[in-house]
Amino acid sequence: MNAVTSQRTARKTAPGPEAGHARSFAFRRLALTLLLVAACLAAGGTHDTYAATSLVHKRAPEFVRTDLGHKRLDLNAYRGKVVLLDFWATWCAPCQVEMPSFVDWQKKYGPRGLQVIGISLDDDPVLVRSLVGKLKLNYPVAMGDVKLGDLYGGVLGLPVTYLIDRHGMIQAEFQGEADLGKIERQMQSLLSGR
Amino acid sequence: MKHAFIPRASVTAALAMLVLLFVCAQCSAQFTPSTGPGSTSLIPQAQLIQPEELIHLLQATGTGKPLLLQVGSHLLFDEAHITGSVYAGAGSQPSGLQQLQSMVASFSKKKFIVLYCGCCPWNRCPNLGPAFKQLHDMGFSNVKVLYLANNLGTDWVAKGYPVERSH
Repeated sequence: MNAVTSQRTARKTAPGPEAGHARSFAFRRLALTLLLVAACLAAGGTHDTYAATSLVHKRAPEFVRTDLGHKRLDLNAYRGKVVLLDFWATWCAPCQVEMPSFVDWQKKYGPRGLQVIGISLDDDPVLVRSLVGKLKLNYPVAMGDVKLGDLYGGVLGLPVTYLIDRHGMIQAEFQGEADLGKIERQMQSLLSGR
Repeated sequence: MKHAFIPRASVTAALAMLVLLFVCAQCSAQFTPSTGPGSTSLIPQAQLIQPEELIHLLQATGTGKPLLLQVGSHLLFDEAHITGSVYAGAGSQPSGLQQLQSMVASFSKKKFIVLYCGCCPWNRCPNLGPAFKQLHDMGFSNVKVLYLANNLGTDWVAKGYPVERSH
């Protein structure tokens, strides 16, 4: 409304080239306002996720579990590597869309310092073992529990993927059907130390 | 240097239209259930209940309150579940459907039941479709399914709606 008022005032009081500049300025301000409104709507309309803003730029909560291969899985032991921490379950379809890419990335980026870790939130480890074999997962998988879910701010929907940098800080969280290209780009950036 | 003349009113109208289109797209994404390969595509639209409607029902006094059943992951139920709800088995597993069947066996077929899961995005949930079908096949005629677009965390817990944990 202010922009419109200024535009009208400019028309009445400043004829000539100055009036043109004033009108152009007011018009640009109006257009900018509209674009800002659109941007705000975009931000408000995005489905913010429960865990989306909780842990980024914080230290990744440490945990120790025994993986499905009966080996000790200590998150702290991977300090110095970039860790992709994936919460998943056998009943979660979008999780299984992502996992073949995680297998490829472990193979491709492992030598550069990537470590993928899977935490299954299944109730039954038998189903997990079966799917781990079927998908030929080449990274450690452990069973999660309520305590681990709580540590990560309450994992109340899957999949949830965290990217943890070489210093143990969470740099990104992805929930739901994430854009794998975006995850890979951020992961590459962390691997490059940027 | 001359510039091509574009009427400002047209540009403003075009920008306003863009904003309007954006708002419509957002509203539709928020309130229209997606269709897809998940089991939820089997559930009729008329049987869905939105979180806000359920809140009203749960706050009401009297006999209008539904039996609220979670038919997804037990672990996620233990982390957080809608206050007053009961775990009834994972709808995607035969053992879960058996558990659901046993749980409702003694109820009247007119019993008001609301199912929910919230394990995954709505159109990817493997549990709700089979659980809804199970109750339908048993003859239950007053069954609704809670529409959680993303998951329980985003569409219920983060909104401050009542939850409790298993002890």
